[in-house]
Amino acid sequence: MRIVATDCGSTTTKAILIEEKDGVFRQTFRGEAPTTVEEPFADVTLGVANSVTELQELSGYKLIADDGTIIRRKSAADADGCDLYISTSSAGGGLQMMVAGVVREMTAESAKRAALGAGAIVMDTIASNDRRKPHEQIQRIRELRPDMVLVSGGTDGGDTKKVIEIAELIAPARPRPRFGGEYKLPLIFAGNKEARQTIERVFSGEGFALSVVDNLRPTLERENLGPARERIHDVFLEHVMAHAPGYDKLMTWANAPIMPTPGAVGDILQTIAKGRGINVVGVDIGGATTDMFSVFGGVFNRTVSANLGMSYSISNVCAEAGMDSVLRWVHLDMDERELRNRVKNKMIRPTTIPQTLEALVFEQAVSREALRLAYIQHKSFATTLKGVQQQRTVGDAFSQKEAGGSLVDNMALDLMVASGGVLSHAPRMEQTALMMIDAFEPEGFTEIAKDSIFMMPHLGVLASVNPRAAMEVFEKDCLVVLGWCIAPRGEVRAGRPAFDFTLRRANEVVAQGQLIGGEMRLVRFVHGEIGMLEVRPERGLDMGAGPGKPVTREVRGGAVGIVLDARGRPLKLPTSAVERRVCVEKWLKALEVYE
Amino acid sequence: MAKAYTPGLKVTARTTYRVRRLLPVSGDVRVKVGDSVSAETVVAETFLEGDVFPIKVAGMLSVNPSELMPLMLKRAGDAVQVGDALARSKGIFGMMKTEAKSTAAGTLESISESTGMVIIRGAKTPVQVRAYVAGKIIEVIANEGVVVETDALFVQGIFGVGGETWGPLMVAGKSHTEDLLEEHIDASMKGAIVVGGARMTAGGIRRAREVGVAALICGGIDDADLRDVLGYDLGVAVTGSEKIGITLLVTEGFGDIAMAKRTFQLLLAHVGKMASVNGATQIRAGVMRPEIAVPLGEASSGEIFTGGATAGILDIGTPVRIIRDPHFGLLGSVSALPEQPAVLGSGSKARVLEVALESGQRVTVPRANVELVGD
Repeated sequence: MRIVATDCGSTTTKAILIEEKDGVFRQTFRGEAPTTVEEPFADVTLGVANSVTELQELSGYKLIADDGTIIRRKSAADADGCDLYISTSSAGGGLQMMVAGVVREMTAESAKRAALGAGAIVMDTIASNDRRKPHEQIQRIRELRPDMVLVSGGTDGGDTKKVIEIAELIAPARPRPRFGGEYKLPLIFAGNKEARQTIERVFSGEGFALSVVDNLRPTLERENLGPARERIHDVFLEHVMAHAPGYDKLMTWANAPIMPTPGAVGDILQTIAKGRGINVVGVDIGGATTDMFSVFGGVFNRTVSANLGMSYSISNVCAEAGMDSVLRWVHLDMDERELRNRVKNKMIRPTTIPQTLEALVFEQAVSREALRLAYIQHKSFATTLKGVQQQRTVGDAFSQKEAGGSLVDNMALDLMVASGGVLSHAPRMEQTALMMIDAFEPEGFTEIAKDSIFMMPHLGVLASVNPRAAMEVFEKDCLVVLGWCIAPRGEVRAGRPAFDFTLRRANEVVAQGQLIGGEMRLVRFVHGEIGMLEVRPERGLDMGAGPGKPVTREVRGGAVGIVLDARGRPLKLPTSAVERRVCVEKWLKALEVYE
Repeated sequence: MAKAYTPGLKVTARTTYRVRRLLPVSGDVRVKVGDSVSAETVVAETFLEGDVFPIKVAGMLSVNPSELMPLMLKRAGDAVQVGDALARSKGIFGMMKTEAKSTAAGTLESISESTGMVIIRGAKTPVQVRAYVAGKIIEVIANEGVVVETDALFVQGIFGVGGETWGPLMVAGKSHTEDLLEEHIDASMKGAIVVGGARMTAGGIRRAREVGVAALICGGIDDADLRDVLGYDLGVAVTGSEKIGITLLVTEGFGDIAMAKRTFQLLLAHVGKMASVNGATQIRAGVMRPEIAVPLGEASSGEIFTGGATAGILDIGTPVRIIRDPHFGLLGSVSALPEQPAVLGSGSKARVLEVALESGQRVTVPRANVELVGD
């Protein structure tokens, strides 16, 4: 079997070839070409054909026909062509949506979750209690140029008035679609089913293409995001993609519906989390935005931090985090005025790359802050349902988590997956590992990996047509295991023992020792090695089994190895600039980050 | 193949410049093909739909939404003034009637029996589109706008703030390497497009705003000074709608940096002519750079430029500007294009090129860190 998959990004179209050899699926070649959605080409398929032509040249298989289309094999005996072609797309700024609900923390938040999970960028969330006056809400709706609108509100059988009120604000505001003045703006209603008839009347005028799906919050205690998400994907294909140049042709080429890129990434991470029974956090840090994905206890969440990125938005990261926060990760002398100008120069010339070590150190410091802020946003969004009434007995008053508490638990986190330029293209894997550890502050035992060549979108779509192929390629070719971070939760005391460790391979002790509070150490443990790591934390420090309790777990080797982190959680850096610099320098040296 | 594509900024002594001037919504075009226009000529106009004001009338009368209709004193389509009674309750035995008064003026658009909400649509607001550059109308797009064409000196900047403006071109200071200081600005520059040399200083910007300069054009600006002008730290480079009373445009970047000598000389040669400037910058997909156009008279059938990003081929001898430290802002020409990637000081591997700087020194930089200069 031979599979061609493409991801049409805003600037680059990436193609990969997946082949089944000896019963195992492997990714064998990759190619890329500039995306051709915008003028003067205005046809996405040209970029697709160019990227696949690169695959053709590298693999030796003829994949592109003379008319520029992708060749299909009639049987496995055919030398040329592929058996399956699939694609994702984020070209033209991806899918941009406006969502609305009645209560910001309840139906509006569920609607936002549905839109984000489908791979959209949520431009704004309108709710009855969003602290804006109705005319301000209308003004905002008029300014937005969304690709589609999702309206929710009310539980089934509950009050209809509030959700109709929201609809009556949106209808006269007549938001205009981003593309094509003449096409109707798709609007999905996923609210109280009792309100459907009135909603149909409210949006019956010109300008809206209304579709109705099951309520995404049928009861306060239950979210039902599936129908809304599926409808978003359908509308994305029927309306948004159909108006993007060349997509009508691309859709006829593909064997599976074209998915928004982040939606596909979310799908593959969910597949992995389910398949391995683990909790996962994935991040894709780009030039303009940072996408964060998590699966905890089987619940998937995605957030997009719209203005946290490493080039277009680098200035915003520095403004939001504050230059002091960025510079705390830097161990070299840097002039703040010059740095501020450099940040702005990167913002206006986003394609430049760091040439000097100093420039690299600074960019990696910015990335820590971008990731940290994006993770904070993600944690506050990935919560249990708010507004759920809880009945508590005296017995469970202490154990039951508060409604609306974050699902993200760093101690329960098993795997972190890094992707995006600054993480994927760091000259040393140790740099990627430390950026992830500093930004996410994982606790207990956490495996760290990176997406080798940003293949997750392709595999996300592939999972919908051939899950086995997607899983095999993900494990063997997509993920590059960097290693493990071992860190106790709790406050450490500088200069006092934090934990002891013993690493065994087949009952033979490979490494052992003691970590002092504030210390970091790297134990090289290469890819392919499997060992048992026993960690014995001091009193008050928790490695996952409770304060002071030892933990023994299997660990796999990786490109970096095992990072033992005795800095404590939450991570606190010394307040004195001199002491902080000494510490940072010590950590960088211990992990051989810039050597 | 010792060639590569790289982005660049357009700086050209003469080009046929075309600009589309479109209404945000359909309306009337006021000129016809062949008309000569000045920057100020209104080429198209329309009315934007008025603002929407929702009023919860049923709530104001304490009645159910379904009972509202018979109580309404105004109907859909009626004109409404602030304070007009929209509806009146029945009261008790005809007494103690309550009135719901309008808080907005406009036309009553709809009455909802589901929510008891009345929508008032405000008066339409007029929108005019001006020609922006002096030239000839070469195309009319029915109900939308026009295309204006002119032969012009054209300079793309790297970054700007503030929107479209126009005025006579003037020069402050003596050379492209001189910072624009407070003392370079005087009252005669009111309404002018003023060209400075290197960095526009905080004092220079302040004085220019006091005097009423239409636009300032310099090589660079300090981040801290931009923050002072805007009143906030700019997070993403999407600009053009700032209301700061002046348009600022830099040709090279942030920091102490001289304007490219050629750019300065080209502008200097046209002092006194009317220039059009737009500071709007959008560094996203569909990139938009700020620009200066100085119309030079009738259009000729030369090269046509319609704005947007430009790119060209890097070759031996191609003039380039280095756009990243440690050689930020230096100009030179490509002297070698090695095929193989090289390991940089940062430890990354990247494709590089060698630049012969104006000083005669040769430096190796990543290909991503240069941009084309010139036509």
